Amino acid sequence: MKRIDLHLLGPLIALIGLFILGALLNPAFLAPANLSNVLARSAFIGLIAVGMTFVITQGGLDLSVGSMAAFLAGITIMAMNALVGVTGENWGTILLGMGVALAGGAMAGYVNGALITKARIEAFIVTLGTMGIFRSLVTWLADGGTLSLDSGLRSIYRPVYYGGIGWITWPIITFAIVAVLGEWVMRHTRFGRHVEAIGSNDRVARYSAVDVARVRLLTYVLLGTLVGLATILYVPRLGSASGSTGVLWELEAIAAVIIGGTALKGGRGRVWGTVVGVLILSMIDNILNLTDLVSPYLNGAIQGVIIVLAVVLQREKRAAE
Amino acid sequence: MKRRNLLKLPMAAAALSLIASGALAQDETTVIGVSIPSATHGFMGGLNWHAQDTIDRLEATYDNLDFVLSTAGDPGKQVSDIEDMLATRNIDALVVLPFESEPLTDPVKMVKEEGKFVTVVDRGLAEDGIEDLYVAGDNTAFGRVAGEYFRDNLDAGAKIVVLRGIPTTLDNERVDAFQAALEGSDKEILDMQHGNWNRDDAFNVMQDYLAKYPEIDAVWAADDDMAIGVLEAIAQAGREDEMVVVGGAGMKEIVSRIMESDPQLPVNVTYPPALISSAIEMTALNFVSNAPMTGRYIISSQLITPENAEQYYFPDSPF
Repeated sequence: MKRIDLHLLGPLIALIGLFILGALLNPAFLAPANLSNVLARSAFIGLIAVGMTFVITQGGLDLSVGSMAAFLAGITIMAMNALVGVTGENWGTILLGMGVALAGGAMAGYVNGALITKARIEAFIVTLGTMGIFRSLVTWLADGGTLSLDSGLRSIYRPVYYGGIGWITWPIITFAIVAVLGEWVMRHTRFGRHVEAIGSNDRVARYSAVDVARVRLLTYVLLGTLVGLATILYVPRLGSASGSTGVLWELEAIAAVIIGGTALKGGRGRVWGTVVGVLILSMIDNILNLTDLVSPYLNGAIQGVIIVLAVVLQREKRAAE
Repeated sequence: MKRRNLLKLPMAAAALSLIASGALAQDETTVIGVSIPSATHGFMGGLNWHAQDTIDRLEATYDNLDFVLSTAGDPGKQVSDIEDMLATRNIDALVVLPFESEPLTDPVKMVKEEGKFVTVVDRGLAEDGIEDLYVAGDNTAFGRVAGEYFRDNLDAGAKIVVLRGIPTTLDNERVDAFQAALEGSDKEILDMQHGNWNRDDAFNVMQDYLAKYPEIDAVWAADDDMAIGVLEAIAQAGREDEMVVVGGAGMKEIVSRIMESDPQLPVNVTYPPALISSAIEMTALNFVSNAPMTGRYIISSQLITPENAEQYYFPDSPF
């Protein structure tokens, strides 16, 4: 009989507890429309957090993802608005816009990764720098206001966030596919194993003929691309981007990764845990809005307590091992 | 030979600039420092645009006026900006929109003690009597005007949900006045949560309101950035016909929809980002005219209706 691995289940128990609590407090919680909303909202942070799991597992960090998302949303909107005069209001223009988001994300990730691996600057410092750069760029591009997508394109693009198969909307489907792929890559591919090996000891990894710099660089490119993918889903929601888009997303993504059981110092990554972490975070938000349990001033405190609790739950189990 | 010439060049430039600054000091240019929060939110974006626009216009009009504009993302940076203006630009006047009242009070007081003219905009300082001129929007009226509109125009027993801003005294003033205006009427406030003056947060909160309450007749979004998020959430739920949305501050997209008599957006309440223009202009007039420019100048909040919307529409502003 295999003993049940309790410390693995910590975040899952927290999520199930929250789910039951939500259902008890307000029956509206279980309505498909509400669950669909919560899952769709989680998709942005979720996609970014899956990429962040790889970066953190190899021992890195990326603080720039929130600003990067805002910047990518900005250039995507500007590109589509510029193209609409040439290519017209159709899916072609939107696909080109999506290409801009993905390519821009991969490029932004490459810049971060290259500065970290080639120029050998601490990841924390590089991404702190690019965080400020991306945020300023989007504010500058928007002239301090808001960039809005052409309204004709808006109505074509809108179903990408709001549509789907029944109440399972495209953001949910995308998030699910990326999560499954992410878990598979982490567990069953050479890339995933190299990422974990570098995170636990990069010197040993180097002696074992792992191209450390290349793998590290790739994790940032992967993260950037996923930020681009999140942007593709974000833009049709409100059709706009401004200096206040994506504020603190980086911290939410990092929190989700840590809640999910990935070690902040690297070496052990769990993509499915990250997914649970993301769901915990957005479910707390939803439950607090659906109930009048505490003063709205305390919402942040409740979230903080649950984040810490979820991690404590794992640590205790690990110590008992 | 060449090297020597290269060395001479910066020295000549330095000498020239010395002469130039001496000349400047002689014809008594007035330097006005303007310190405002940076453009991280629609309203502040508009405010930045109006500040820059006003400065450009005044500099073109008056040869003897010079402006220093700085924008800060937090109170600490704003204090440093003001110290720099005093130390290196020798300002004669300061126009400041404090990021936060408490931390800015002492630094602004120091500017005043140096004998400079001080104009405080919108958010007051924690201590009375420091500034020469105070220019502000009316937060109480902002909440009251919206509350009175709901009181007088909604059906009896109407249910209202509220989206609050970032927890601040300014937000409290608005919400208190809104509640006071509705007090004793037969309209009911179902819920109040913070949307933090942010589209995405407001979208999420509104989705949750819609899940929680089967009947909502009106939304006070209290800010047009939040109103955009609210409108999207309502559209997603397909409940556009059930409720009206009242935002605030007069974003151009919202004002243009009011001009077209959109039934979902009957009115808006002003809180003009152009109030910074009033402040800069009045401060400038203090130096170029004989008109007295001290005291308090409160710009009241107006109700924007389809009839008068045109005069609140600024197509060039980013907000």
